[in-house]
Amino acid sequence: MVLFLAAIAVLLLSSFGAFVSHKSPRLATGLGVTGAVLGCSLGIAAAIRGLLVHSPESISLAWTIPYGSFSLQLDALSSLFLILIFTISGLGSIYGAEYFAPHAKTRPLGSTWAFYNILIASMALVVTARNGVLFLMVWEIMALSSFFLVIFDRERDRVRHAGLIYLVATHLGTAFLLTFFIIAGSHAQSLDFDRFESVLGTLPPASSGLLFVLALIGFGSKAGFMPFHVWLPEAHPVAPSHVSALMSGVMIKTGIYGLIRTLTFLGEPSPWWGLSLVTIGIISTIGGILFAVPQHDLKRLLAYSSVENIGIIGLGLGLALIGAAHGSSIIFALGLAGAIFHVINHSVYKSLLFLGAGAILHTTGTLQLDRMGGLIKRSPYLALAFFIGVLAICGLPPLNGMASEFLIYMGSLNGGMPLKAISPIPFIGIIIALSFAGGLAMIAFTSAFGTVFLGTPRTETTANAHAPGWLLQGPIAFLAFLTIALGFLSPWVFKGILSLLRRVSFSSIPSQDFANAAAAAERTAMEPLLHLTGGGIALFVFLAILVWARRKLLSGRSATETVTWDCGFMHPNERMQYTSSSFQQPTREFFHMFLRSKRSRPVIVSHFPMASEFSTETRDVFLEHGYQRFFSWIERSVSVFRTFQHGRMQIYVLYVLVTLIFLLVWLLGLPT
Amino acid sequence: MNWDSLANVAFALGCAPFLMGVINRTKAIFAGRQGQPLLQTYYEIWRLLHKGAVYSKTTSWFFRAGPLAGLAITVLVLFLIPFGRVPAVVSFQGDFIFIVYLLGLMRMMTVLAALDTGSSFEGMGASRELQFSAIAEVALVFALSTLAWKAGTLSISEIFTKVTPDLWRTEGGILSLLGVAILLVFLAENARVPIDDPNTHLELTMIHEVMVLDHSGPDFAMILYSSALKLWILGTFLLEVLLPFQVGNFWLDHASFIFAMFALAVLVGIIESSMARLRLIFVPRFLMGAVIFALLAFLLGLR
Repeated sequence: MVLFLAAIAVLLLSSFGAFVSHKSPRLATGLGVTGAVLGCSLGIAAAIRGLLVHSPESISLAWTIPYGSFSLQLDALSSLFLILIFTISGLGSIYGAEYFAPHAKTRPLGSTWAFYNILIASMALVVTARNGVLFLMVWEIMALSSFFLVIFDRERDRVRHAGLIYLVATHLGTAFLLTFFIIAGSHAQSLDFDRFESVLGTLPPASSGLLFVLALIGFGSKAGFMPFHVWLPEAHPVAPSHVSALMSGVMIKTGIYGLIRTLTFLGEPSPWWGLSLVTIGIISTIGGILFAVPQHDLKRLLAYSSVENIGIIGLGLGLALIGAAHGSSIIFALGLAGAIFHVINHSVYKSLLFLGAGAILHTTGTLQLDRMGGLIKRSPYLALAFFIGVLAICGLPPLNGMASEFLIYMGSLNGGMPLKAISPIPFIGIIIALSFAGGLAMIAFTSAFGTVFLGTPRTETTANAHAPGWLLQGPIAFLAFLTIALGFLSPWVFKGILSLLRRVSFSSIPSQDFANAAAAAERTAMEPLLHLTGGGIALFVFLAILVWARRKLLSGRSATETVTWDCGFMHPNERMQYTSSSFQQPTREFFHMFLRSKRSRPVIVSHFPMASEFSTETRDVFLEHGYQRFFSWIERSVSVFRTFQHGRMQIYVLYVLVTLIFLLVWLLGLPT
Repeated sequence: MNWDSLANVAFALGCAPFLMGVINRTKAIFAGRQGQPLLQTYYEIWRLLHKGAVYSKTTSWFFRAGPLAGLAITVLVLFLIPFGRVPAVVSFQGDFIFIVYLLGLMRMMTVLAALDTGSSFEGMGASRELQFSAIAEVALVFALSTLAWKAGTLSISEIFTKVTPDLWRTEGGILSLLGVAILLVFLAENARVPIDDPNTHLELTMIHEVMVLDHSGPDFAMILYSSALKLWILGTFLLEVLLPFQVGNFWLDHASFIFAMFALAVLVGIIESSMARLRLIFVPRFLMGAVIFALLAFLLGLR
């Protein structure tokens, strides 16, 4: 605990230091990065200790705020999330040192680093807080500090607009959480999580159902479940890339943490909890990746794919709830382990991809897919690392994305077995969503990877791009290494997650039952995971043999180089390549009903058409047709009150006078 | 691991290119031609293996990795699929999901190799391949999951030992619907008519063939061989559902299964001779048809 408090202290002190030294960007950066790296290292040490010790360490200090107490606890679940938060944040800060360097003259780096370190500290406190008031306070600090980081590039209109959407969305979510804590607190007569644990488990189904819905919406809007996802595709693209990595990799996972933590309090789940979470999961999984396909901006594509991955986590949690509701604890264990494994995996590879996208932006100056190409020739290591991330996010063997999806598949397939007496419809829904999303993810990411790294450069600036520096590439390489390691070590990671979950007490399931369930889940899924790892190794062995065979075959023969075959055309140029827009076109057209992409195409009127252009834009259907309409309806309905507020001072004085006279008359008229 | 299972792999490695010969001979007979020799694919692979290679200046290591990855993956999958009633060399719970994802990895590597050339034709093929396979994959996973639930086990080798004449008697409806779904996926994934026409030489109309336009020499030999193996793999899935019989004699069973595989090749030849390729915009609907067949089987299974 001392280590953890020291980490928080270092982060806050360095944040203060960076803020006061804003005059010198170099000093501010130095302080910010050193503080972040030191704080994160201390924090990782504390979290590892938290994973290893069996009785969770905690601290509780009295606080003058009503119902508040400063209580923190490092149990197994918190420690796991802490490791993710500190790892990704530490790597992000190293990356940021180089990423922010070109902005030193034009942007206030001091306050930016201050907010970055505050964001890390607040996320760490969110996953350790044990009191409702403290939780909401750090939750709000997390939202605000990330808001200030999102609007780093504040001169641009689009950035401010995105920041505003984020600010509104996050506070709408917080409103639900506030209600959640008020209701939960009134049941428990306290806002301490320890009381929640003992009281909320025994609530009648209606009350616990209400709490579940509030938590699902409140935490779900932070996590980015569809249809509460609208801020992700706006905020992620405009934020600095390591901030996007931090937000998409770990900050949205605090929503998942909140949901899991709530489920440990609430008692026996009703069957509809799991069904609604699975439904939301299916919508997010398929909807998220469907909207990722037609995007032209690489980071917007990645943001939509975060919605998809959060959906997959939701599918795992929903599976777990269905299992718990029907007393099938093995499905509960497989679903929960799959969801948590996917949380870990997504943090790693999504951060990798966002940092990669930032490195691309850094070298080419653009994120527009259709302007890039052939980057593999200029930065081969970046291409390799990005490729590893792409393989993992498409859930392909032998990397980690496959392993966690496989656990969810196993849970669903086991759940649907005929003898288990649960309707198989949600299970087949999960299976179809996973496989369809896998296919669509492949379209989105091959299109992105192919147009960015392969082929020939489409513009001058891309052609002259330089390789990013080592401070940018180092964290990316480390994350790529983690992705591979998590993939090949998946059986042991799974085992670790199960032993960790055994130490989390779910009030709905007796710990003895859960221990049995975890053992059963291990028996079911351990052997297949070992086979996946074995298959991956075998694949590399076969590949090595084939590489050797081809080298042997080609030795002594002519292996010439020439232009790409284009039906005998000898001068192919870069503009003849398929772009990502053309690559996505069949899918975009096929799903036009949902995507509603706007197309502007040239109309040819004369015999000698002039230069023309074609473009497509896919905006968020939920934002355009849902939220914007709702908010403009509110604006219209409250505009009636404009009559009373028009800025004329005399009339306001009249209002005051009228009110005073009214109050005077009322007071005098009252019987004493 | 036993020797019978290893024999599966050997049979597949040896006989798969022959399927291509059977298909082509069937089509030739329908067209009233004499046709190429039955062993033509072997000759071609042999010839290509003895040639040099030409690479495009645009390409990187992805282009060179595509064919190798394709062959490595198909060979790995051969170790995971049963043959007749003989289980696979390696089988485990949920192995069919792994197989589907391995085939996905193969597709991804082929597509990236195609995009690496910067050719618009290959980009076109790649784009179509991914769109169609995204739907075909759903149909395949859906069909296999339904079959797994009916069989009460999650390992493909065990699933297919549960498909017996008895099961056909009681659940014939479900099995035949699943058979149709897998047949449609089989045609789509192997780039056969009515999805794709392997014979046409107009790049604009092709899907699979156009993605490998730039490959030559040993690389192209590997592509030919791995697509023959893929035909064999998906053919096995289909036959395991459709052929529930076994005699009990190793040689007799194998001979009958290989014979059935050639009969399937004849069927493919007949389909190719009697149908035209669908217009590309109808292909997704065709594949949605496969999903719907799987859905019907699932709904029948709910009873």
